[in-house]
Amino acid sequence: MIADQLHPLERKVIPFLKDNVSFEELMEQTKLKDVEVMRALQWLSNKDILTINKSRREMIALDDNGLLYAKDGLPEMRFLKVLNKTPEDFVSLDDIQQEAGLSQQEAGVSLGALKSKVAISTENKDKRLFAKIAPQGKKILEKESLEEQFLNKSFPIELSALKDEERFAYDNLSKRRQIIKLDSQLIITISLKPKAEELLQDKSSLSVNYEDSITHEMLKSGNWKDNRFRHYDIKINVPKISGGKRHFVRQSIDYIKKVWLELGFKEMEGNLIQSAFWDLDALFVPQDHPARTEQDTFYIKDPAKAKLPAGLKAKIKAIHETGGDTGSRGWGGKWSEDEASVNLLRTHTTVLSARTIANLKPEDLPAKFFSVNKVFRNESLTWKHLFEFHQVEGIVIDPNATLKHLKGYLREFYQKLGFEKVRMRPAHFPYTEPSLEVDVFHPEKKEWIELGGAGIFRPELVKPLLGIEVPVLAWGQGLERGIMQYYGFDDIRKLYDNDIKTIKEVKIWK
Amino acid sequence: MPTVTLNKTVFEKLVGKKLRIDELKDRISMLGTDLESIEGNEINVEIFPNRPDMLSEQGFARAFSSFIGEKTGLRGYDIKKSGEKVIIDKSVSKVRPYTACAIVKNIKFDDEKIREVIQIQEKLHVSYGRNRKKVAIGVYPMEKIRFPITFFAEDPKKVRFLPLEAKREMTGLQVLSQHPTGRDYGHLLEGQSKFPFFKDADNKILSMPPIINSHDVGKVSEETKDVFIECSGFDYDVLAKCLNMIVTALSDMGGETYSIELIYPDKKITSPNLLPSKMSFDVDYINKRLGLDLKEKEIVVLLSKMGYGYDNSKRKILVPSYRADVLHQIDLVEDIAIAYGYENFEETIPKVATIGQESKIESFAKKIVDLLIGLKLTEVYSYNITSSEAVEKKFLASKPIMLSNSLSEGFDSVRSSMICSLLDILARNRHNEYPQRIFDLGTVFSRSAKEDTGIKEELKLAVALCEEKANFTDIKQILDYIFSNLDIKYELSELSTKQFLEGRSGEIIFRGKKIGTIGEVHPQVLENFAIEYPVSTFELNITELHRLI
Repeated sequence: MIADQLHPLERKVIPFLKDNVSFEELMEQTKLKDVEVMRALQWLSNKDILTINKSRREMIALDDNGLLYAKDGLPEMRFLKVLNKTPEDFVSLDDIQQEAGLSQQEAGVSLGALKSKVAISTENKDKRLFAKIAPQGKKILEKESLEEQFLNKSFPIELSALKDEERFAYDNLSKRRQIIKLDSQLIITISLKPKAEELLQDKSSLSVNYEDSITHEMLKSGNWKDNRFRHYDIKINVPKISGGKRHFVRQSIDYIKKVWLELGFKEMEGNLIQSAFWDLDALFVPQDHPARTEQDTFYIKDPAKAKLPAGLKAKIKAIHETGGDTGSRGWGGKWSEDEASVNLLRTHTTVLSARTIANLKPEDLPAKFFSVNKVFRNESLTWKHLFEFHQVEGIVIDPNATLKHLKGYLREFYQKLGFEKVRMRPAHFPYTEPSLEVDVFHPEKKEWIELGGAGIFRPELVKPLLGIEVPVLAWGQGLERGIMQYYGFDDIRKLYDNDIKTIKEVKIWK
Repeated sequence: MPTVTLNKTVFEKLVGKKLRIDELKDRISMLGTDLESIEGNEINVEIFPNRPDMLSEQGFARAFSSFIGEKTGLRGYDIKKSGEKVIIDKSVSKVRPYTACAIVKNIKFDDEKIREVIQIQEKLHVSYGRNRKKVAIGVYPMEKIRFPITFFAEDPKKVRFLPLEAKREMTGLQVLSQHPTGRDYGHLLEGQSKFPFFKDADNKILSMPPIINSHDVGKVSEETKDVFIECSGFDYDVLAKCLNMIVTALSDMGGETYSIELIYPDKKITSPNLLPSKMSFDVDYINKRLGLDLKEKEIVVLLSKMGYGYDNSKRKILVPSYRADVLHQIDLVEDIAIAYGYENFEETIPKVATIGQESKIESFAKKIVDLLIGLKLTEVYSYNITSSEAVEKKFLASKPIMLSNSLSEGFDSVRSSMICSLLDILARNRHNEYPQRIFDLGTVFSRSAKEDTGIKEELKLAVALCEEKANFTDIKQILDYIFSNLDIKYELSELSTKQFLEGRSGEIIFRGKKIGTIGEVHPQVLENFAIEYPVSTFELNITELHRLI
C-alpha cells in the first residue's frame, strides 16, 4: 500500500495536490520550507503519483538602484524638484547635488538628461556650473512620468505580461545602471497521475499515524507494538561515506603473500641496500655485465663501500676467475674486490634468495622461500617507468628437484593466481640454467602474455653459498603491471602518487 | 636485448628448408629466441645475450637448421695457412694488450653481403664486445694492405691518418674531439698517453682501435674479395671466441678461412683456432636436473640438434668454437632441454611438505596496521627514494644518505624519516577533502658502523592527522590505543626540535629505549611544505619495538 511508504512531508503535501498547482502555492498552503516541498514532490514522483513540470519565465525585479529610486524618486526628478524651489535662480551644481542627495555621477547623468529635454538652462561662472529650471521642467514635474509609475509597481513582474507603456518605461530603465534586473525563474507545477486518485480518495489512510524511527523509549515501554512504521524508498541514494583502508598496492601484496604461504613457502627478509657482492657477484653476474652500469643501478654516495664476508669472498673470486671447485670454467679475467664492495640499492630480490641459501645448512633441506618486495632501477620517473617497484620471487631448494618440478610448481602457483594455462619457453638469465620465460593464457584477452621468468640456479651460485651443489628452482615476476591492468591505470606513477581520494575510492583487490 | 635482421631468402637458403610462418614463429620461440616481426622479406629476431654467435644471419641460420633437424651436429671449418704475420709490439701491453686475427678469402661482396658483415660487426660490438670496451673489431680489404701488419702503441699526437668518412687527416688525439665516432668512444682511451694502432708493411695506418678505421684501407667495397679481420681487447680467449663467431659466419657466406701467425713478444699463436673444445658429461647429472631418463646416445642426438659434436673414443662432447656460453655441463643440460623441447616436459609436483611462514616482523606490523584501519585511517605508500631538498630545506632535518647517480630529478637520497614522507604526501593532497588521516609503514635508513654496508635499515610506522583541529590529544589517543592493544606501556619525555612545536612534542620511550617521536608539527615546517592545516603526528620504530617485546 502506498500510504505505508509515505514520509511525513509527503503526508503534509498530499491534501493540497491538484493538477497545475504551483510550487509556491504548495509552500504557502503547507507552510513547509521550499526544500521540504521539493523533497516531498520528488519522492511522490518516484512513487509514480505525480509528474513534476518545470518551465522557466523571465521576471523583472528591481536592482539596487531601482529599490532606492522607488523610495526616493529618480535622480533627475529630485534634481528638478530642488531647482523648482527657487524657480527664478541659478543654483550651483554642488548645492543641487547636496540638497537632492545625489552622487556626483547621478548629478552628472541627471544634468545631461534634463538639458537634452530642455527642462533646465545652465550657465558657467568662475569655472562652476549653475542651473535653473525651464518651463518645460515645470511641465515635467506636473505629472508622474511612465518610469516613475513603473518603479512604483509591485515586483516581480513577468516580462511577457507588460503593457505597451510599461514596456516603454522598462526599456528606458533597463538602459540605466542597476535599476532593473531580469531573473530567469523556474516555474514548477505538478500534474497528477492515475495512482494519485486512489490516494486522494481514501484520505483516511493519510490520517493514520506512522512512526519514522524505532526509539529507545518504544522498545523499553513495548509500545512499538501499537505503532505503524513508515516504509522507506530503499532504492533512494544515500550520502557517501569512507572508512579506513589499506593502500591498494599493499592489498595486492597481501594477496600474493597469502598464495605463497598456502603453498608452504617461508618469507625472506633482508636489506634494500646491499653490496654488489651479494646483489651481483654471488649470483655469478660477471663484473662487466651491463646491469652494473650507472644507467641501471643506484649507487650509494657515502658510505660507498661495504665490508665483504671474508670466507665467502675468496670462494666467489675463484668461481668468477676459474670456476673454483664447481666444474665450471668461470668468466676468466680478474675479479675485482673493489668492484664487488660498492653499496647499491638492490636490483632484484634474488639477492635475498642468495643470502637465504647462504644461511641454510644441508639438513634444512628441502626448503621453500618467497619474497614480495621492493627492487630498484635507475630510471627517470615516467608514465611507464618507476625507479622503485616490486618483485615477486620464490625458490625451492631440494636435492631431488628437476625441470619437471619447476614446471609443476609454476603451474600450481599461476593457477592460484587465477591463470589456468601456463606455457614455458627457453630464455636467458645470468644466474639460472636452464632458464625459462613463463607465459600464461589470459582468459579475457584470449592470448598468451609474458608474465615472468624462471629457472634453476647455476651451480656457480649455489655451491659456494650452500657448500654443496643442489638444484634450486626459482621463479619470479613483476607486480606493478598486473595491478595497473586490474585498476585500468595507464600511467604507472598513479600507483604511488598517494592521492588520498583515489586510495579511498578505488575498488579493493579481489 | 640485441636483435638480428634476416633476409628471408638468404635465411631459407642457409637453413635448407622453408617453413610456414606459424611453424617458423613457434620454432624460433622454442629455440630460445624471440621473433619480433616478419615484414616482407625481412625477419627480425631477438637474441638473448648469452648467444652472441646467433647475431648474424649465418650464425642464427646455423643454429636454427640444426634445431629443426635439417643440418645437425658439429660443423667442420677448414683453415688453410696464409703464411702472413701480425706483429704485436710490446708497447700495446698497457693499452690494449691482445689481438686475434684471421684472413677470409673469396667472398663475392655485394651490397647484401656488405650489409651482413657490417651487421655482424655492429651487433658484436654492442653485445659481446660491451660497446667496444671488451672487444673492438676491424675488417679490412686485403687489396689495400701489405703484410706483415704491426699492432703498436704510440703518442697519439704523432700519428696522423684519414679516419673513416672524414674529409682530412687528423692526429689520433684530434680524432677523439673532432670525429663523431671519436667523441662516442673516446672515453675508452681516456688517460692513456699512448693509443693503439694497426699499421701495414708500408707504415699505412689501418685503424686506431677501439675507435675507428682508416678511410683509405679500412673499408670493404664491392671490389673486395679477401678480408683481414682483427679483434682487439684485454682477454685473448674472449677475442678468439669473437673472431670465431665472425669467421664461421663469413665461412658460411662462402669464404675460405686462412690462418695468421700472431707474433707476441713472448709467444707465437696461430689464429684462428676453430677446433671444438671438449667437455665431459655425466649422464646421471643431466637426467637428475631434467627429471628424464635419457641414455648417453639420446643425449648425443639431442646435443647434435644444438650444433654439438661427440668424440666417441674419449666420450666427450665437442663444443663448437664459436660458443661463448658453455662454462659448465649445466649449460649442456639447458641445450638438451631445448632440443628435447620445453613443451615436452611433463609437469609434476613432488610431495615435499613444508610449512609456510610470514616474516615475523611483517605479521607484527600488520596487527598494528589493522588497528589503524579500524580507526578509519588511510594507508599511503611512499617511495624509499626521497628528495634531500625536502628533508633539509622543508623538514629542517640533517642531510640524508645520498645516492651517487640518480637519473630522476628530486629523488636523490634514501628515506631518513617517515614523517617527512607523510608531510610530502599531505602537501600533494591539498586539493582533496579534509580531514586527512594517513599512515605509512616503511624502511628508514641511517648510518651505522655495525652493519657491513655501513647503513642500518629499520621498519618504521608514521601516522599523521591533518585537519582544522588536529592536535596533540588526537594523536596521543592513537598511540595509546596501539599500546593498550599490545598490552604494554610507554612513556613520553619532552623533546625540543625544529620539526615540532615546543612544549607539544616528545620522545616515545619503551623499556628505557627511544623508539619514536610524537608531536604537533612546527608551523614553520608546515609553511615550508605549504600545508595549510595543522598536523599532529608520530613515528614508531617497529623493528625496535618488535625486538623489545
